[in-house]
Amino acid sequence: MARITAGIATSHVPAIGAAFDTGRAQDADWKPVFEGYEWVKAFEQEEKPDVVILCYNDHASALMLDVVPTFALGMAEEFEPADEGWGKRDVPVVEGHIELAAHMAEQLVIDEFDLTLMNHMDVDHGCTVPLSLMFGKVDKWPCKVIPLAVNVTQFPTPSGARCWALGEAIRYAVETYPEDLNVQIWGTGGMSHQLQGPRAGLINPEFDNAFLDKLVSDTDDLRAITRLEYLREAGTEGIELIMWLIMRAALGTEVEALHRFYHVPASNTAVGHIVLRPKEIAEG
Amino acid sequence: MRTRLYPLSELEDIPGTTVFNARRSREAYHLHKFCMSLMDADNRAAFKDHERAYLDKFKMSEEQKRAVQDRDFSKLIDLGGNIYFLVKLSNTDGWSTQRAVSSMTNMTPDEYAAMMRAGGRSPEGLRSKREGK
Repeated sequence: MARITAGIATSHVPAIGAAFDTGRAQDADWKPVFEGYEWVKAFEQEEKPDVVILCYNDHASALMLDVVPTFALGMAEEFEPADEGWGKRDVPVVEGHIELAAHMAEQLVIDEFDLTLMNHMDVDHGCTVPLSLMFGKVDKWPCKVIPLAVNVTQFPTPSGARCWALGEAIRYAVETYPEDLNVQIWGTGGMSHQLQGPRAGLINPEFDNAFLDKLVSDTDDLRAITRLEYLREAGTEGIELIMWLIMRAALGTEVEALHRFYHVPASNTAVGHIVLRPKEIAEG
Repeated sequence: MRTRLYPLSELEDIPGTTVFNARRSREAYHLHKFCMSLMDADNRAAFKDHERAYLDKFKMSEEQKRAVQDRDFSKLIDLGGNIYFLVKLSNTDGWSTQRAVSSMTNMTPDEYAAMMRAGGRSPEGLRSKREGK
């Protein structure tokens, strides 16, 4: 059967992608950011996931204008990198996993999640920057990807508790898939940042570090954070952290933290990154 | 009665912040349609070639068109815009997202960049207008 063997969270700042693509990873501003991902790049080479369920948000590239889906699951064979106004990123096309995506679509709707299914969708930096950070510069991504786009832009977003429940349902869906697959789930976005208004540039390291702590040890507290509290404490774009809760819930009750990284800033944003292993996988 | 954890008016209580919602999304629909059209190289060229003629193809308000021509991001947010749409415009201009974002503060791009390098803007005093904390 398929199993979720690890969960990874990371910010997905577009400027990280731009620095990566233009060979500025060794510049003074960027070096500490990229160094924070050296560990996970080696980890991924060992782990060799077959499929990554990648929770991210579309930044008005494929969604959000004509349709505003709360949860949109990518069902296509391929997802092209989007042109976000400066040409497409020079990264490989993202390949989907139709069979597992179709199984998830069935199971999750049966579990009362009214998903939107995307038979065609371009993916923007929210999806491709995490792939670059985990796998580096490659000609082909080393695994299939099921993109799960979450509305974190237009209020009301789903609640943290709803994202948690979706993560639990994803865990069940993966475990009931008959083929042996090594599956990872990634939660992306965050941490604290605000990209608009006179309050732009907001960073809250206390909130972010408490969030990282509780992701391992005190998830009930995280589930109770309201949308308003995210906005007040972590900025209007800091609410992206609800996508980390989908990832965390899909790992089950107990996890072990394998790696953790926090750095301020990347452009406007506090960069956070954590790699988690479900306890029963860690204990074999 | 259904449970509400807080009145939605609380969303207007955050200093220096506009929460993007369904009503604002609709107000900015044609502005956002223009922004997303810039995801195509030919459209970017047509826009750069003659901004006003290009903008006139969209059913945006006069105020929205003028704010686009002025690159007045604060005004565009006031008129319903959301930053993820608006950066298509700043990307077309070759601006970094940081520069576009900094233009909404009372700082120069260099001052804003220095603030970010020094750890960003503290939430202290910026959580609630009413409570001033």
